[in-house]
Amino acid sequence: MKNRDIVIIGGGITGLATAYYLVKSGIKNISILEKSYLGSGSTGRCGSGIRQQFTTKEHIVLMKESVKLWKEWNNDLPIPIHFEQGGYLWLLNNKKELAQHKKYVKYQNTFGIESAIISTKEAKEIVPDLNTNDIVGASWCHTDGSAYPFDVTNALQTFLKEKKVEINTFEEVNEIHIKNDKIQEVITTKDKYTTNTVINGAGYGAKYIGQLAGLNIPLQPYRHQIAASEPLRNFLGPMVVKDELYFLQTHRGRIIGGTDLKEPPLSNLNSTLNFLEEYSKQITSVLPILSSVNIMKQWAGYYIITPDRHPILGPTKINGFILGCGYSGHGFMLGPVVGKLLASLIVHKNMYIREANNLTLERFKTGKLIQERAVIG
Amino acid sequence: MKDEEIIICRCEDITLKEIKDAIHKGYKDIESLRKYLQLSMGPCQGKTCIPLTEKILAQELKKRIDEMTMPTTRPPETPVPFGIFNKVKE
Repeated sequence: MKNRDIVIIGGGITGLATAYYLVKSGIKNISILEKSYLGSGSTGRCGSGIRQQFTTKEHIVLMKESVKLWKEWNNDLPIPIHFEQGGYLWLLNNKKELAQHKKYVKYQNTFGIESAIISTKEAKEIVPDLNTNDIVGASWCHTDGSAYPFDVTNALQTFLKEKKVEINTFEEVNEIHIKNDKIQEVITTKDKYTTNTVINGAGYGAKYIGQLAGLNIPLQPYRHQIAASEPLRNFLGPMVVKDELYFLQTHRGRIIGGTDLKEPPLSNLNSTLNFLEEYSKQITSVLPILSSVNIMKQWAGYYIITPDRHPILGPTKINGFILGCGYSGHGFMLGPVVGKLLASLIVHKNMYIREANNLTLERFKTGKLIQERAVIG
Repeated sequence: MKDEEIIICRCEDITLKEIKDAIHKGYKDIESLRKYLQLSMGPCQGKTCIPLTEKILAQELKKRIDEMTMPTTRPPETPVPFGIFNKVKE
C-alpha cells in the first residue's frame, strides 16, 4: 500500500508531461501507472507532427502555447527530442479550398500564428520535387514541425527517474474507489494507492478508466495506419498535407505518413494491404520521386475521437478525478500544453489558459461543443 | 571479444554493450529496449537482432527465454517500393 499526492494513469505523453510539470512545481510524491511499456499506446504510434494550423480558437491558442513549450523541452530535456520546425505545407486542390483556407489563415493570424497562403510556385520552392499539376496553392506555416515520439518518451522518463518519480510499467488499474464524490483509492494488479487525485491520461483506455470512476466519457477509437520508408538522405523539410494524406521525413531519414481510409470505429490495430496501396498511390502522386523508395514497415494506432474532435481536459464532477484524453488525433502535439495545464489545475486550482476551460467534460452536458474542421489522416 | 566490439543490430549499428547498458538503465522489455536504442528498426526489421536480443535480455534478467515477450511482426515481409501499386505505362 502506498500513499500518493497524485496517481497518474497512463504512461504516454499526457501522463509523463503532467508529471514533468508537477515536478517543476515541487510535487514529487507521484506514481505513474502504465499497463504496458511507456508510450505503448497512441504516443509511440503517432505521426509525430506538431501544427498550429487549426480552425478553432481553443485548438489554435493551445497549440501556439504548446509549440512554445516544445521549444523549451528541446533545450531543457536530458535527451535530444529532435523537435524541428520544418513547417506544415498544406496543399490546396481548388479555388473553393483556397477560399476556405484563406479564412482559416486570417483567423490563425489574429492569434499571432505565422501561417500564410502561398502560391504553387512558392510551394515548389519549399519542396522542389512536388507535383503541382493538380493544386492551386498551399497554406503554409513555417513554425509548425515535428518531434520524435520515442525520444520524447525516453527524455521525459529520464528526467522523471532522475527526480525519483515512481513509474510503474506493466501494472494495470482494476478499481477506483470513490466516497462522497471524492477519490480515495486506486487498486492495481500489483498494489494499492491511497490518493485524493487521479489523472486519467490513459488514451485508448481512458473510457474504461472513466467507467471505473462511474463516468461516461464520450470517446470512440478509430484505427489509423502509418507506414515508414527506408532511411534516405534528408531532403524534405516540412510535413506535407493533401486531403487526408500527410507525410514528413524524420531526422533519421525515413518518410513516415498516412492517410484516412474512412473506417468505422474499430477496436483492432491490424495492418492492412488496402492501406498500403491507398497510401502509396497518394504519396507517389504528390511526390513522384518516391516511387522507387522502399516501404520498410507499417503499423496502426488509434485516434480517440470525441463528438466535437477536441480533447477533454480538466476537472469532473468527481472531486480529484482529472481528465486528459480524447485528443482526436492531436494528443502528441498537445502533450506539453496539456501537461502544463493539468499540473496548473492541481497546483493553482485553475487551468492557466482561458480557452482550456471550454474543453471540460461538462460541455457535453451543456451542449457547448466546438467543431474542428481540420483533422488530417 | 569485448562487448563494445560485438554488433547485435547490423542495420542500426548497436553493440552488445549498448544493449546491456540499456537493460541495466531500466529498459527491461523488448519494446522499451527497441524504442530506446532504435534497435531492429532498420531495413531487416529485426530478423537477426531480435532473437539475439531476447537471449541477452533473458540472460541479464535471469529469466527463461520462453518468458520473454516478442515484438509484433509487421508487414511488409520485405521492403517494397511505393510505386509497386501504380500501373506501368505501356
